[in-house]
Amino acid sequence: MSTTKFGEYGGQYVPESLMPAIEELTDAYERYVLDNEDGFTDEFRERLADFGGRPLPLQHAESLSARYDTEVYLKREDLLHGGAHKLNNALGQVLLAKYMGKERIIAETGAGQHGTATAMAAAHLDMPCEIYMGETDIRRQRPNVFRMKINGAEITPVTTGRGTLKEAISETIRDWATTVERTHYVIGSVVGPAPFPSMVRDFQSVISEEARAQSREKEGRLPDAVVACAGGGSNTMGTFANFVDDDEVGLYAVEAGGSSLSVDEEEGVAPNSASLSTGDEGVLHGARTKLLQDSDGQIMESHSVSAGLDYAGVGPELAHLVDEGRVDAVNVDDDAALEAFHRLSQDEGVIPALETAHAFGYLEEHADELGEFVVVNVSGRGDKDLETVLEETEKRDLEVAPDMSVLREVSGGGL
Amino acid sequence: MGLEEAFADEPAFVPYVAAGDPSIEASKAYVEALERGGADAIELGLPFSEPIAEGSTIQGAVVRALEAGMTPDRYFAFVEDLDVEVPIVCMTYYNLVYQYTHPETGEQGPRAFARRSAEAGIEGFVVVDLPAEEAGPLREACDEFDQDLVFIVAPTTRGDRLDRMADHVSGYVYVQARLGVTGAREDVSDQTEQSLARVADWSVPKAVGFGIKTGEHAERIVSAGADGVIVGSALVDIIADGHAAGDPTADVADRLEAKARELKAGALAGARAEAEQS
Repeated sequence: MSTTKFGEYGGQYVPESLMPAIEELTDAYERYVLDNEDGFTDEFRERLADFGGRPLPLQHAESLSARYDTEVYLKREDLLHGGAHKLNNALGQVLLAKYMGKERIIAETGAGQHGTATAMAAAHLDMPCEIYMGETDIRRQRPNVFRMKINGAEITPVTTGRGTLKEAISETIRDWATTVERTHYVIGSVVGPAPFPSMVRDFQSVISEEARAQSREKEGRLPDAVVACAGGGSNTMGTFANFVDDDEVGLYAVEAGGSSLSVDEEEGVAPNSASLSTGDEGVLHGARTKLLQDSDGQIMESHSVSAGLDYAGVGPELAHLVDEGRVDAVNVDDDAALEAFHRLSQDEGVIPALETAHAFGYLEEHADELGEFVVVNVSGRGDKDLETVLEETEKRDLEVAPDMSVLREVSGGGL
Repeated sequence: MGLEEAFADEPAFVPYVAAGDPSIEASKAYVEALERGGADAIELGLPFSEPIAEGSTIQGAVVRALEAGMTPDRYFAFVEDLDVEVPIVCMTYYNLVYQYTHPETGEQGPRAFARRSAEAGIEGFVVVDLPAEEAGPLREACDEFDQDLVFIVAPTTRGDRLDRMADHVSGYVYVQARLGVTGAREDVSDQTEQSLARVADWSVPKAVGFGIKTGEHAERIVSAGADGVIVGSALVDIIADGHAAGDPTADVADRLEAKARELKAGALAGARAEAEQS
């Protein structure tokens, strides 16, 4: 039996019409994912290898190692098919939906990475797919919108609220409540009602399964610190899962500090997405977890320069591990993330997603506290963020940013 | 009086509106108009920022109510200020219950929420995202402060889950007429009779909601065996249209009262039809 709770966190706070679907999913998760019934796990692993490109390297980062005087390794999830860790989960869930006999896939997406991964997996496995995406995110993540459409997915814009991930999740839950008998909801992170947080963690834990073995191969021991960015927390839990029992390995979940850690209670806005660092306990989207909320319990609008971290909640297991003291919840602000984006691009030839850049921002600020062997998860590549990075870099005076004036000279007008 | 008594003599008409939609004052007038129109109990929404079970109509109501400044404490004051005799049922989402801090005792959580509700004269709750599995703390608080806890039975609810809900439910059972989110519909779902059959032996009254829009719908639902009808979106549409058109509160209240009369009359006609059948 799987558990629905992580300490006091987690659970199944959903409308009654979804409960039978959640029980059905729990049964399928236990049989196929945990017990490999009908060879599900074998097929999943085979498809992750052939379609996804796993295993992925743990790469020694020479420049960063010299810069911080510590051995820095990059877990290259950006090399997974689609350019981010998201496919690990999307492929697992779409395949599970097939084993369950479902006929249709729905998913929410924030940055578009989960949506593109789900659209790819659905095309690969021949399942109709509809993606809900906030209209703000559609605007700031256009390349991913094209990719989803090209893979054959329907995109439904969500216009409520601020039009970001929170609203997209709510709208996808509404669809699921209506179509639950034939539809599977491929949730994109370790959030939502049980069994989603455990199941998504299990699909993503291939990251730390590989990284743990590769650490032993490369350095003959486990790392002193493992660093991953955290929004909802799926790359975070995937990167931590197989290290949780290794007490000597420090685990650092780096959240988006946005422009400020303070909140504007009157406006209901938190200019950050640091729910682990600054949020408090509540119930959102099916789970009890740490949330950005006002004193009445209304959910705040979060904000980060990185769309993929822009969420007012966080996975319940991560909230539990932070309370237990096993995971350190830390954060870096928008400026530090942008600096780190440029640094990794220039020094290592790896253009990271803005989400990922937060992990490197933390490394820049705290490398001396992380020991002599550090693994950082490169959760995704940054192609999707180039427009945002150009805009945001223009607004700031960043030491490491490249001189982009060539664009102005050629086009004869602004960027 | 308990919520069950609202269903005691004849089929009940239970309207839903969001408190504070589109303003505190207008909303008070609307609730009172619904009682004049024949409401036997009122499901009064306490708006939550993430209403995941609601269709676009009630999402709109929630947004207007939040913009009008509705908060849990203002909600309780609103209820205390209402001039209605019929029982008020608080319909909300669990995070607001979970976060609630009682202004005098300083206690936080379901017990504080139930205490304050009892003080305000509320008689029960429907907590949309609180299944029976997670309802223990609120059920205990309801017992202590003499509040009913209504559960929603969906068309997909079967077996063990029905038994678990039967153990926890009081007041009435909210029978969800069809899958999906709230919203008025042109037709009445065939799932209603099957859903009613599954709770036929429960001791509490059965009220059917989701999609009921006209007196004729109400008649058919009651003649199918329901003890009452719950109507939300069809009423919220009247509020939304009146708000959009800038109509005077009194005019919108009159329209709500007329719609309430239609729905109540439909429910009564359904009871007569059912009596003739048997």
